[in-house]
Amino acid sequence: MTQVVVIGAGPAGLAAAVRARGRGAEVVLVDAMAQVGGQYWRRPPEGPGGDGPLPGNDARRFAVLRERLAADPGCRVLTGTQVWALEQRPGLPPEVHLLQESPDGENRRLVLAPQALVLATGAHDRTLPFPGWDLPGVFTAGAAQTLAKGEGLPVGRRVLVAGAGPFLLPAAVSLAAAGARVVGVHEAASLGRLADGYLSRPWESAGALGKTLELGRYALAHARHRIPYRTASAVVAAHGAQRVESVTVAALDAEWAPVPGTGRELEVDAVCVSHGFTPRLELAVAAGCRIASGRAVLVDAAQRTSVPGVYAAGEITGTGGAHLALAEGAVAGHCAAGGDVADPGLRGIRRLRRVHAAFARRLEAAHAVRPGWRGWLDDATTVCRCEGVTVGTLREVAAATGSAGMRSLRLTTRAGLGMCQGRVCGRTVEELLGVEGAGDHRPVAVPVRLGDLASEPVAVELVDSTSAHRMKPVEPCGTQRANRGGA
Amino acid sequence: MTPGAAMTPGAEVVVVGAGIVGAAVARALALAGVGVTVLDRGPAACGTSASGEGNILVSDKAPGPELELARHSAGLWPALAAELTEELGPRFPALEYEPKGGLVVATTAEGAAGLTGFAAAQRDAGVLATELSADQALALEPWLTPDPAAVVHYPEDAQIQPVVATEALLASARLHGARLRVGCEVLGPVVARGRLVGLRTTGGDIAADQVVVAAGPWSGEVAARLGVDLPVLPRRGVVLVTARMPQRVFHKVYDADYVGAVASGAEDLQTSGVVESTPAGTVLIGSSREHVGFDATLRVRVLRELAARALRLFPFLADVPVQRAYGGFRPYTPDHLPVIGPDPRLPGLWHATGHEGAGIGLSAATAELLRDLLLDRTPTLAATPFAVDRYVLTSTAPPTAAGTEHG
Ligand SMILES: Cc1cc2nc3c(=O)[nH]c(=O)nc-3n(C[C@H](O)[C@H](O)[C@H](O)COP(=O)(O)OP(=O)(O)OC[C@H]3O[C@@H](n4cnc5c(N)ncnc54)[C@H](O)[C@@H]3O)c2cc1C
Ligand SMILES: Cc1cc2nc3c(=O)[nH]c(=O)nc-3n(C[C@H](O)[C@H](O)[C@H](O)COP(=O)(O)OP(=O)(O)OC[C@H]3O[C@@H](n4cnc5c(N)ncnc54)[C@H](O)[C@@H]3O)c2cc1C
Repeated sequence: MTQVVVIGAGPAGLAAAVRARGRGAEVVLVDAMAQVGGQYWRRPPEGPGGDGPLPGNDARRFAVLRERLAADPGCRVLTGTQVWALEQRPGLPPEVHLLQESPDGENRRLVLAPQALVLATGAHDRTLPFPGWDLPGVFTAGAAQTLAKGEGLPVGRRVLVAGAGPFLLPAAVSLAAAGARVVGVHEAASLGRLADGYLSRPWESAGALGKTLELGRYALAHARHRIPYRTASAVVAAHGAQRVESVTVAALDAEWAPVPGTGRELEVDAVCVSHGFTPRLELAVAAGCRIASGRAVLVDAAQRTSVPGVYAAGEITGTGGAHLALAEGAVAGHCAAGGDVADPGLRGIRRLRRVHAAFARRLEAAHAVRPGWRGWLDDATTVCRCEGVTVGTLREVAAATGSAGMRSLRLTTRAGLGMCQGRVCGRTVEELLGVEGAGDHRPVAVPVRLGDLASEPVAVELVDSTSAHRMKPVEPCGTQRANRGGA
Repeated sequence: MTPGAAMTPGAEVVVVGAGIVGAAVARALALAGVGVTVLDRGPAACGTSASGEGNILVSDKAPGPELELARHSAGLWPALAAELTEELGPRFPALEYEPKGGLVVATTAEGAAGLTGFAAAQRDAGVLATELSADQALALEPWLTPDPAAVVHYPEDAQIQPVVATEALLASARLHGARLRVGCEVLGPVVARGRLVGLRTTGGDIAADQVVVAAGPWSGEVAARLGVDLPVLPRRGVVLVTARMPQRVFHKVYDADYVGAVASGAEDLQTSGVVESTPAGTVLIGSSREHVGFDATLRVRVLRELAARALRLFPFLADVPVQRAYGGFRPYTPDHLPVIGPDPRLPGLWHATGHEGAGIGLSAATAELLRDLLLDRTPTLAATPFAVDRYVLTSTAPPTAAGTEHG
């Protein structure tokens, strides 16, 4: 029986786990969060060990996936468990090194040696810097949405939402629903580019009707809350002494460069920004998977990566949204468990994958970051928040050393060397300096305490040799320990 | 003794490798009025010199030629760092030269015996090495393990930010007329009448009166492309970096448990704990030694071993998170001594390489020595121990130098 480890329990990972079980594989599903669901189905914790209420989007779909796995003795779900390293093995998928943190400090290190590995580590939101973006009161749209949906807390009373991509709409709606007055949604893409992206070749969108309806629903909700929606517009500065008190918005040209003379100041007490997503690639890189240009794991039709036995699905193969993640995850799980991508049972899934991929390409074309954004920076703008590195310092050091090497520039400026290890600023720094970096090479994928690192890891046997149907160490399936994890 | 030596100022030297050694050599030659071009196949300062630590140590070297070179180099660094800072001005990133001194700590009885014997021999060779009581040690390092078996203080040990140092040496070399060509890989020699007169590169042929190979762990490969055999091999090393924290480590602190297990050529993993804090607030924990060729993949066992060693020195570190690990390939030679000087087999070819875990510290003295040999001046230090002749003229490898470096 194939033993499949799935990393990431978002839509892609959940679908992969269910499909792999469907082909009879033993499955271990690992996620750092206290609950399964990923970004799309992120829920508030509800007391110790409990699950919060289900979210709105595709709630039934989520319930089905989650319950299937919870009721299945052939699947172990390890939540609150971080994968901190992958160690390559020649010809095999890598060894998976896990860390389970517990509130009492008695952390555990575990090791898994899978026969097949599915990477479904998702994405986090990307934020472009602007003067004042490091003031309190500036949030990523994702963080604002999590607070609004999870705790019912709006991040401010008068909130402006800005950036690029369809995700601005649901973020604005959740803020409004939580009681904030959303003074506007400012989309950087021009109307022309949006029209090209969404409206050309409409037959391609037919199958993504659900998606289109979802967007439509958000648009309606916008109308209900009377939220102004502007295109070719961006927040180019935030102002305030202790925290955000106002922002300057300006019109952008087609390349996102601010149009001189169009700036106007708006009073707000919070700003939410999102400029699309950036895939969490460190584990794929650690596994040795080839990364395509545009920072996506390279996969074939069976979601196979360049490393034997390693599959990838969801946002890490390219931004595509939850439905594409579900379809890719299903293919990856099926194939990782020994199935063939051409199997008739996958026909519907393959079609969905095609349709949603086409739709994702349109979104990408419409909202992709354009180079003109650099025009709203000034020398005092912080680029790397962890280490407090400004645009001016970056440029000055690059000029003084004459360096064209990212390794050297990182170490001479310290940009990207802080707590987030360049997850927030890495791409920004590369684009600002015009130098290619090591991308997402972070062999230690999450911080590990030295005490844990020095401890003896426990090898987790996927299958008990005495009984092929039980897992070891024995822990009820779907068990979720409370209050663990965090990204 | 020096085929093709005695060059006249104004002649063109091509240095292969823009790491700290190539940078230091280029600067020393440029200051002496020699025309210099530095080539690198990648960007500058992105090889080994950007993959290690910046310890400038005498504490880890046994009496012998390397200790002499290290002491001389350590003596050059204060003035060199001051000159570079002065020359490059306040807009240049800080070199972070810190003459903070080192503590070597034995945590076992065998380690203690080895350490005190080692320190005594170093004292005889002129090194400042003071044995400390546990109380004295804890006064210097309050968070140190409370019951060390032996502690020796080496006030001459220092540290520098190695990437800034490399960039600074290059920037200074350029100010004095040197040129840098990046993205230019050396492919082979241009030879005329038995003499090296240039290089074939991915950027075309480049003429040279003299060529200095300073290609770090790739020096063996570059030498082979130029037609000579040079036993410089990679020795993998990994360093852990913690999250920032308030400073609790004040010197460079090493464990002494290496002293018994003198430099071995074993393929197997060796680690020696080196714990130091950086001005940025992180703590660096180095480093391992493995013979795995140029394989850079992560091995959890190595990280674990490094963590365990660090905890023996500083138990408080158990709760401190590691936020990244990085590593590189030390350029090592069979007798653990660098190769500095002309190559008798190919007139016009010189080497400045093989510094293993000490190239940052040794770069200053290496550059001075190579410059003196190249300009036919009398060097301050004896050059023969570093001559490539030792590999050319003897068929069996010379005896292994004692001691293990902590870089
Ligand atoms: C804030 C936010 C809001 C979004 N909202 C929407 C939306 O409304 N509609 C939509 O279509 N798309 C949305 N997206 C895009 C969204 O990422 C995807 O549509 C969907 O969640 C992708 O599924 P996935 O399975 O690929 O990844 P995710 O859902 O992101 O799941 C990845 C999982 O991997 C886990 N993981 C990653 N690294 C490790 C590790 N080292 N160890 C252990 N676990 C790890 C994470 O904890 C996470 O649970 C949103 C994204 C973000 C960031
Ligand atoms: C983990 C670790 C820790 C260390 N700690 C210390 C320490 O604390 N103190 C200390 O003194 N030393 C330390 N070292 C050792 C030190 O880093 C090296 O000795 C030193 O950096 C070597 O410098 P270099 O200039 O010879 O080589 P490099 O910095 O590697 O430079 C060589 C250059 O040659 C270029 N090159 C290679 N092939 C070609 C070609 N064919 N054509 C053109 N260019 C080419 C490369 O691109 C590279 O830029 C450590 C090393 C490691 C790995």
